Amino acid sequence: MTDLSKTTSVHTGGKTDKSRSHSVSPFRIIMGKLVRDPLALTGLVIVSILVLAAVFAPVIAPQDPYDLAQLDIMDGRLAPGAESFTGMTYLLGTDDQGRDLFSAILYGLRTSILVGVASAAIALLIGAAVGLLSAYAGGRTDAFLMRVVDIQLSFPAILVALILLAVLGQGVDKIILALVVTQWAYYARTIRGSALVERKRAYVDAARSMALPDRRILFRHILPNCLAPLIVVATMRVAYAIMLEATLSFLGIGLPVTEPSLGLLVSNGFEYMLSGDYWISFFPGVALLILIVAINLIGDSLRDILNPRREG
Amino acid sequence: MSGYLFSRLLQTAVTLFVMSVLVFGGLHMVGNPVDVLLSPTATPAERLEVIKSFGLDRPVWEQYWIFLKNALTGNLGNSFVFNQPALDLILQRMPATLELAAAALLMALVLGIPLGIYAGLKPNGWFAKSIMTFSILGFSLPTFWIGLVMIMVFAVQLGWLPSSGRGDTVDVLGVPVSIFTMDGLAHLALPAFNLALFKISLVIRITRAGVLETMQLDFVRFARAKGLPEKRIVTVHVLKNTLIPLITVIGLELGSLIAFAVVTETIFAWPGMGKLIIDAIAVLDRPVILAYLMITVVMFSLINLAVDILYSVVDPRVRLEGN
Repeated sequence: MTDLSKTTSVHTGGKTDKSRSHSVSPFRIIMGKLVRDPLALTGLVIVSILVLAAVFAPVIAPQDPYDLAQLDIMDGRLAPGAESFTGMTYLLGTDDQGRDLFSAILYGLRTSILVGVASAAIALLIGAAVGLLSAYAGGRTDAFLMRVVDIQLSFPAILVALILLAVLGQGVDKIILALVVTQWAYYARTIRGSALVERKRAYVDAARSMALPDRRILFRHILPNCLAPLIVVATMRVAYAIMLEATLSFLGIGLPVTEPSLGLLVSNGFEYMLSGDYWISFFPGVALLILIVAINLIGDSLRDILNPRREG
Repeated sequence: MSGYLFSRLLQTAVTLFVMSVLVFGGLHMVGNPVDVLLSPTATPAERLEVIKSFGLDRPVWEQYWIFLKNALTGNLGNSFVFNQPALDLILQRMPATLELAAAALLMALVLGIPLGIYAGLKPNGWFAKSIMTFSILGFSLPTFWIGLVMIMVFAVQLGWLPSSGRGDTVDVLGVPVSIFTMDGLAHLALPAFNLALFKISLVIRITRAGVLETMQLDFVRFARAKGLPEKRIVTVHVLKNTLIPLITVIGLELGSLIAFAVVTETIFAWPGMGKLIIDAIAVLDRPVILAYLMITVVMFSLINLAVDILYSVVDPRVRLEGN
């Protein structure tokens, strides 16, 4: 019962849909509901600003934090708001090498968002393919694939990532790979669950009776109806991936120093925190926190929108 | 039941084997531990001797075969760095990690369950809403960063609590434990809370969702119709049904607490096995990395098994099957 209401609410928005040609796209309905939730709207606005800031970091940032010619060691560990010899104001202070923290954070956001989104997207593709295959094939294939998923999920993501990075070494591509390996199983399980329900629906029987090829039924009929829970999982997972990457980089086994993400910036300031120079670690952490909270606010609201069981 | 146990053990053994092959092979493809361990001034002869003493001159499959044979007798190899059995090194540090994880779990349950029940019973009240907002925050706070902020505030600025180490320990059955001394407790407070923060949010959300869902079921209406006091309905009937998802999560999260202790231990210099593995990865101490992996796989398999069994005890509808 509940599953039935789930699909109808996603696809038709509950009521207004009469003929298919006039139906509003589910994306717009979801967006419409998101915008009406003040918390989710806040999240959306913040995420948009941060993504724009990350994309245009080279334009916005007052300094290229990794061009050594622009750094002056004399400006090292200046407090927020301090001025350099050349009259430039360091809004959020500088790190030990005289790097403007505001610029470093903008560049850090770039790496963090890139790694989070790329790994989530790849994991989603792999997970969705495995989950669909598992649900559609059933039998032994299903049992085997789900056993693999179960075993994978019984190990905490950080542990798997830790061991993988110990084997792979550092680098953007490597950390994306590690994050994909730790995340695909979530998507696989989610989509298998909903695909199993969808498979038994009348429209699938109808499509079969029209002798449509399996692939078409799978991707054009079943997959679109499984997207709702997938979207929720994906939103939460992007936030988690960003956090995990930051954590691994903080531990010194994620990204190399040449490619500093927000986690690495926090890690760089760790030693100065105890001597009272809090800002080197504090502000990159705040940026990370704001980004993750904003994504989670959207995810939380999406879950309520897409899951009618939690209404009321 | 015995068939079930057997199939689970078999599954653990297969997982152990596959993981060990993958990681063993993987570790041999990256870096050379000899480069990390030897000083740059070592002569080629010294170098060869070290390589030989670690058995690194043999082909990989032969090295793996030796590892496997030794592993079956409980010997997971000697650490390259400490020159002690890797297993001993990890077992020495395990109690500290387990203590930290247990304290964090306890904190998560003691704080999370009551708050979750409250939020589930009065979902629209302002306090329930603030609990939920807090839980989103708790989910989003990066453990490592909030750990730093906690040190900054409570250790550096206010000077209330120590920021590193385990403090005074008491030996219980030969194992040093911090929780029985005031100093130990003071040292445990910050790291345990740091580790627990994420889980508190999780427990709140799961308890709330469970209570919300259960309160709408027919048997609650029936219990009300029977005239049972609301308190009894909540504490006996609703709570029992909420426990089922909670047990699964506790089981899974205990494992994740142990794993995430890596982060907390690094920040608070807590002498557990998480700190050991990070150092081992940095210097490519292969035997320690492998031993850590083997031990955690066994540990997690045991935890999962315990959860599944507990599950069938709490909810008789759940049947254990071996497939």
